[in-house]
Parts: sequence; C-alpha cells; structure tokens
Amino acid sequence: MKKHFHYEYLQSRVGYYTALLSMGALMLIGLAAAYYMEHHGHVVTGMTNQIVWGMPHVFAVFLIVAASGILNVASIGTVFGRTAYKPLGRLSAVMAAAALAGGLVILVLDLGRPDRLIVAMTEYNFHSIFAWNIYLYNGFFAVVLLYLYTQMSQDFRVRRFYRTAGTLAFVWRLILTTGTGSIFGWLVARQAYDLAVFAPMFIALSFSFGLAIFILLMTALMRGDERPVGVGLVNRMGRLLGVFLAAAAYFTVVWWLTDLYAAEHRPVVQYLFFSGNVYSWLYWLGFIGVGTILPMLMVFSGSARTSMKPVIFASILTIIGGISLMYFVIIGGQSYPLVLFPGKEVKSSFLDGVVANYAPTMPEILLGIGGVAMGVAITLLAAKVLRILPVSLADAEVDPHLAGGKVEELKKAA
Amino acid sequence: MSDQGARDRHEQARRDEIDEARREFLRNIAAASVVSLGGGMMLYSMGGEAQAKKPGEPLDPKKRWGMLIDTSKCTSGCDKCVEACKKENGWEAEPGSETDVQWIRKVDVKDPLTGFMASLPVMCQHCANPPCVDVCPTGASMRREDGIVRVNMHTCIGCRYCMMACPYKARSFVHEDIPEEKKRFHAPMGKGCVTSCDFCAHRIDVGRIPACAEACPEGAMLFGDMNDPNSELRKRLKEIRSYQIRADLGTDNGIRYTRLP
Amino acid sequence: MRAFGRAAPAILAACAGLVLATSVAQAGDIVPKIPIDRTKGDCVLPGDQMRREHMNILMHRRDDTMFKGIRGGKASLSACLTCHMVKDEKTGKPVTVASPKHFCRVCHDFAAVKVDCWSCHKSVPEETDTQAALPGGMGSKQSKFAQLLEYVQGGRK
Ligand code: HEC
Ligand code: HEC
Ligand code: HEC
Repeated sequence: MKKHFHYEYLQSRVGYYTALLSMGALMLIGLAAAYYMEHHGHVVTGMTNQIVWGMPHVFAVFLIVAASGILNVASIGTVFGRTAYKPLGRLSAVMAAAALAGGLVILVLDLGRPDRLIVAMTEYNFHSIFAWNIYLYNGFFAVVLLYLYTQMSQDFRVRRFYRTAGTLAFVWRLILTTGTGSIFGWLVARQAYDLAVFAPMFIALSFSFGLAIFILLMTALMRGDERPVGVGLVNRMGRLLGVFLAAAAYFTVVWWLTDLYAAEHRPVVQYLFFSGNVYSWLYWLGFIGVGTILPMLMVFSGSARTSMKPVIFASILTIIGGISLMYFVIIGGQSYPLVLFPGKEVKSSFLDGVVANYAPTMPEILLGIGGVAMGVAITLLAAKVLRILPVSLADAEVDPHLAGGKVEELKKAA
Repeated sequence: MSDQGARDRHEQARRDEIDEARREFLRNIAAASVVSLGGGMMLYSMGGEAQAKKPGEPLDPKKRWGMLIDTSKCTSGCDKCVEACKKENGWEAEPGSETDVQWIRKVDVKDPLTGFMASLPVMCQHCANPPCVDVCPTGASMRREDGIVRVNMHTCIGCRYCMMACPYKARSFVHEDIPEEKKRFHAPMGKGCVTSCDFCAHRIDVGRIPACAEACPEGAMLFGDMNDPNSELRKRLKEIRSYQIRADLGTDNGIRYTRLP
Repeated sequence: MRAFGRAAPAILAACAGLVLATSVAQAGDIVPKIPIDRTKGDCVLPGDQMRREHMNILMHRRDDTMFKGIRGGKASLSACLTCHMVKDEKTGKPVTVASPKHFCRVCHDFAAVKVDCWSCHKSVPEETDTQAALPGGMGSKQSKFAQLLEYVQGGRK
C-alpha cells in the first residue's frame, strides 16, 4: 500500500522568527566582513601568496561537499527505496540547494574582484575544472528544483517522474562531488594533493557531512515546531551515519598510505600526518578522534536506541571533525612548500622551501559563518512558504517496521 | 537610432581605427626605421631569420619565446635581474614578505648530500602546457601564440586557482591597492587580480628583450625564439644539455637552465 | 563591449545629455570644460565620434594588445593620455585621476560613469625607453638606439 504523508508549513512562532533574525544578522555581518576584505584587499585576511585559499574556502568547500550529501537523504528514499526516508525527500532537496547556495556565496565574495562575477558567466574556459564546476553547480540547482517539483506536484503525471528525477539528482550529485574533489585532486603542482583518491574521498565525506547536517537541522525544525520525531528513525539514520563515517575515514587512510609508499610524496605525508604539528592534530584528534571514532561509538551505542541525544551529539561531532578535515586538507596541504627541486635544500627571498604560516583573521571567519547562516536561513524560509516538512515523523508514521512498540519496549527495559 | 546603426558605426570606427593605425605606421616607419632596424638587428644577431616584431603588427604565432639561463655564470647573492624586473615592472617585495608581489626571485639550491650548490633566477617558466591556463575559469590566464604566458587582468576575477596550480610559485595575488606613484605605466597591476612575469611583453612587442636578460652582468640569460632553428638560443640549446625545473610534470618550459642541482 | 549595441539607447541618451550639457556649458559654464590640446594632431576619430566610441576603441585595442601584442599608435592608452594630458596650474605637472580635472574624469564624473581602469593603469603616461621605440615616437630615439648597442655589446662578451 502506498503511504501518503502530510506536509505542513512551519508555524509562526517566536522561536522561528528569532532563529530567522539571528541568521539574518549573521548574514549581514558576513556581508560586512566581505566588504571590508574587498575594500582593504586581502591583506586584512590571513591569506598570502603561499596560502592562497584560506578560511572562506574551508567553509565553502565544506558546505558544497555537504550539499550533495544532504541530497543523499532524498536519494535513499527515492533511488534505494527505503520507505522511512521518503517523507524526508522534500526537506532534503531544499536543504541541499540552500547549502550549495551558502557555499557559493562565500566563494564569490572571497574573489579578488567579485564585481566581475559577470565575467565568470560570460567567459568560459572549457579546460578548467572550475568552469565545469560552475556548470555542475547551476545544474545541481536545476536538477534539485526538478526533483522537488516532481515530489510536490499535485499532478500525478508529473509525480510519475519522481523516481527518474531522483535518480538524475543522485547521479548529478556524484558527478558534482567528483568535480569538487578534483579541484584538489588534479593539482599536480601540489605535493599534498595530486591524488585520484580525492574524488571518492570527497564523495564519502559528503555522505557523512550531509547526513550529519540533515539530522541536526531536521530534528531542530521538527522539535522547534513541536512535531513528533521517532527515535527509531533517528537511530536508523545515526547508524547509517556511522557507516558513512567509517567509509570517509577509510579513504583518508588510503590517502596517506598511498603517499607514504611513494618516496616522492613521503615527506609531505610525514609533514601533514605524522609530524605533530597543528595539522597532524587536526587530522588525528579532530577528524579521526572527535569526528569519526567518538560519533561512531555514540551512534552504535545502546542508548542511541532509546534516545535521540547520542545521534544528535554524534552529528555535531561529525561537523566539527569535518571542518577540521577541510582545514587540514586546504590549509595544511598548501602550507607544505612547493617542491621545485626534489630532494634539495632551497633558499630564497620568496619563502621557497619554508613551511607557510597561516592565521585566519576575523573577517574571513565571519564571511564563512555568514555563508552557513545563509544556508540555514534559506531552509527556514523555504519551510515557511513551502510544504516540505512532514507533519509527523513518528516511527509508526514513517515505517511500520520501526514502530511496533520496539522502542517503547526498550525504553521500559532500560 | 537602431541597433544596426550602432553596430555599423562601431564597425566603421574599427575600420577607421585600423586604417588610421596603418597610416600612422607608414608615416612613422621612415622615422622609426633606424630604431626598428636596430631592434631587428639585435634579435637578428641572436636569432638568424627571426625578425623583431614591429609594434603595430600582430605577434608571430610561429615564434616561441624562450630563455636559456646559464647557471654556471649565475652567482649567489647577485640579484641584478630581480632588481631590473622590479624597476621595469614596478613591484616591490620585502624579502620574506608573504603578501608582496613577486615576479622573479633568486633561489639558492643545495644538494644536502653532496653539497653541490647552484643559484638561479626563477620566474614564470612560460610553459607550453601551462597548468595555470588550464585551470583558469575565465580564460584570463592565457598563453599568447608566441609562447608568453600571462594574465589578462581585464578578465581576471581573482579566484587564485592558477596560483594553486602553478608548480613554480610564479604567480602573486595583489593583496593591496597600489598607489599611483608606484605604478608603472606599461605594467599595470591592481588589487584583487593575479599577476606574474609576462616576459616583458611590452618590450618584446617592440623588439626589445626582457629587462632581466638585459640587466644580467654576466650575460647569463639568453633570450630568443626557440622555434627558429637558426636563432642563437636554439643553437645553444642544440649544443648543450639543458634542463627544465620539474621536467617530470611535462609542462615543457620556455625557460631552460644549463644545469640544475 | 559587445553589449554596447544593446546599450546604445542609453548611451545615446547620455551623449544627448552631454551635447546639451556642452551647450549649456558654453552658455553658463555649469560643466567643466574638457581641456583638449590640439597641437599634437588629430584624435583617433573626429571629436563627436570619440565621445560615443572611445570605450569601444579602448576595449578593442585592449584585446589587440593582450592577445596579439599590438602596441603603439594613436589608439594606445599612452597616446590617449599623452595627447589628453592635463597639467596642474600650480605645479605644472600632469594631473592624475585623483584630480577631477583629469581628462577621463571630466565627463565621467558628470555622466556618473565609473570605470575600474585606474586601479591598475597609471593615469599619467611615463617617458620610458619602451615608448621611445614605438612608432609615433614619444621619446628620444637616440638613447634607445644607444641602449640597444650597449646591450648587443654587453650581452655578447
Ligand atoms: C594625437 C593626439 C590624440 C590622441 C592620441 C588621442 N586624442 Fe582624443 N582628441 C584629440 C583631439 C585634438 C580632440 C578634439 C577633436 C575634435 O574636437 O574634433 C580629441 C577629442 C577626444 C574626445 C572628445 C572630447 C570632446 O568632448 O570633444 C575624446 C572622448 C577623446 N578624444 C578620447 C581619446 C581616447 C580614448 C584616445 C585613445 C584611444 C584618444 N582620445 C587619443 C587628440 C588626441
Ligand atoms: C566626452 C566625455 C568623455 C571623456 C573625455 C571620456 N569619456 Fe569615457 N565615457 C563617456 C560616457 C558618456 C560614457 C558612458 C557610456 C555608457 O554609459 O555606455 C563613457 C564610458 C566609458 C567607458 C565604458 C564604461 C562602461 O561601464 O562600459 C570606458 C572604459 C571609458 N569611458 C573610458 C574612458 C577613458 C579611459 C577616458 C580618458 C582617456 C575617457 N573615457 C574619457 C564620456 C567620456
Ligand atoms: C586588473 C588590472 C587592470 C584593469 C582594472 C584594467 N587593465 Fe587594462 N591592462 C592591464 C594590463 C596588465 C595590460 C597589459 C599591459 C601591457 O602588456 O603592456 C593592460 C592593457 C590595456 C590596454 C592596452 C595597452 C596599450 O598600450 O594600448 C588598454 C587599451 C587597456 N588596458 C584598457 C583598459 C581599460 C579601458 C580599462 C578600464 C575599463 C582597463 N584597461 C582596466 C591591466 C588592467
């Protein structure tokens, strides 16, 4: 039997407007920060001629990677036919587009000449992965909108294409993350990147980042609007998060193992992963410890079956770990000096052979936060004007298998 | 007036402009022939058939400008080429500054095992397969048909992807406003764009050689047309084994060195 | 500048405004006069056409220089700024775009046109050896030739 879910707009509550207003304030601060950076030039940031991409890119890449992962929640329902995920499809699509928009805005505002954005749209270099990504991003918005339309249309003739649109969206997001990963993976010049594993690694990361963000925002929206959310559902998503976390960590291990084996890349791996500098800590403590092992323990723990708290905490930790890893990849990777003369000692007036310093400044961080706030604000607004949030996500509603009193039994037993 | 009218006018203006440029050129050619010949002769002496380009003419796509740097003549501590570039192109860089623009720098290289040392200038290597050009989303990072790799700053949006892609750290981002008095007229650069060595295109286009090559007291920088089998540069390159920095990347550099550590 | 065709009506309007303004200026001096030095020769196009077409000429020329390496001649930026140099009354030095009297600012300020050229381009041309080598020569040819000789001798020792 086909199940019908009811979706409803968010109600006008004080909490809703407080959230929206605070996001708006953060966005304004971010915009002011961007203006400040533009006006004074990038000297007021920590970015230099050695660390050319900084904090804004950490936030932006995180959001862009997460965006495609957020859309995964919908794909699990549509493409892989998991009933429990079906009512989440609409929210997932909207949130994905919002996250991508937030990430892109950060990238654009960080440009040296954002006023020339029109140039980026009229002049294409078809060899550039960046230019491909512009297509991929625009296409992503289009595909997601189409997908949302097929989900929300009242017309069954449109709704028929819901699976097709979902599959298209799934394939598109895989390509998109491959593109994002390749921005780094194809940089032959940089010792720390230049590795094909970056594309699948970014895909695996997108799964975990996206799901974590989705769990957090979804439960916040549902709870904030006083709608029921089933512990069984959240627990199931949490366990999936655990699997994704393991996959993502696996790819990072492949990264350093591969590079450790190649004599050419050994020094950079030793520098990044095993030299006890801030980047090593970010990877081992931030990403592996706080961002992978701890959340895995939480989502697979017994208490995750009776309470949502472990999964929610795990999601927060996943995001912290994710940002750490992005910082590790982007900043750490650049801080290693370019190797012009392999195996030789070099000295120059332009910091050849010197590990680059980077200290993010306030404007950069505020710009990044502004972008995140924009993603949240778009989601909040969309949930107010569109019927994307299910009225109830109680276990009995979403999937009979989840309910059946199992959670209640466990709760009693505990 | 209609759009058509405006376009016609535009076309007419262009044609007029070209005609005017031609007339201007002819008018001046007599006066300037001494100079042009001088310039031509100079490259002639280095480059056989390779005639210097005349200013009003478009570049010759058959050429590929390049340079052979004789590392044995280059001494550590001498930075005449760097100073000449600074003066010519109007950039300043405090040694060790992380944000100042740098077009060319002297690098001292030492083999940690054998102690073999060399000192050499490193600038944009004017690759035949430049990674910076491949990655640029707007095509602002460009390779002229005569082999000069440079930034068309009119379409540069300041994304800095080329700086990520360049294996030679040849590019710099302009982090601050450059005050009028520090600018050089023929080497514009400004806040928010990427800039790099352009082989002194403004000189090459009028038949002169890059400022660094001109300034080298040892004559260690031999500039010329790599495609011309009769140019002095090509002859030298044929005689001796030359090296490229990071030849393993397959970028096919226009800057060659006589020996690298 | 391909968008120019589409923007033609707006430009025409602006030009009409300017023409009007000029006549007003003659009458009452509301608009600052455009200082034009006629001693150095004619402009690329006649004055009224220049007013409409100068941006196209500049853009076209810009791409010619960037992609084809075409230099010198009247359409070059240094030629524009040399012929249209405005000297400060007190110091006698050429004014930069910092001054509202700079040739490129007089109309632009009035027509509220903003160009970003001067963030990179120097607004006063320099006497350089390179310019000396240009046809139309705006500098001494002697020194240039001497330099070349010097190089040929110096570089080949
Ligand atoms: C050889 C000297 C010379 C050069 C080079 C030159 N101009 Fe002119 N320009 C003139 C003269 C003389 C006039 C006045 C023409 C007239 O009124 O008929 C003029 C008029 C103009 C006008 C119209 C001003 C007005 O209100 O009538 C503009 C705009 C202009 N020039 C822009 C340029 C630009 C842009 C360039 C470079 C591409 C340039 N000129 C190069 C000499 C020159
Ligand atoms: C006769 C008055 C006048 C003078 C002098 C003048 N301009 Fe203009 N210029 C204009 C007007 C009017 C426009 C606006 C046309 C439009 O809106 O498309 C314009 C537009 C431009 C544009 C295009 C701007 C855009 O946004 O598309 C450029 C570039 C430009 N001018 C450069 C110059 C330079 C460089 C000089 C000095 C050599 C100069 N102009 C001198 C009147 C003038
Ligand atoms: C980001 C820096 C930047 C900006 C902004 C910029 N330019 Fe340029 N421009 C350059 C560079 C670099 C060159 C190449 C100089 C060379 O090769 O000698 C150049 C060359 C040119 C040339 C050819 C030079 C010649 O001698 O004729 C013209 C014309 C030109 N620009 C016009 C403009 C105009 C008009 C604007 C404003 C609308 C502008 N540029 C804005 C950097 C800039």
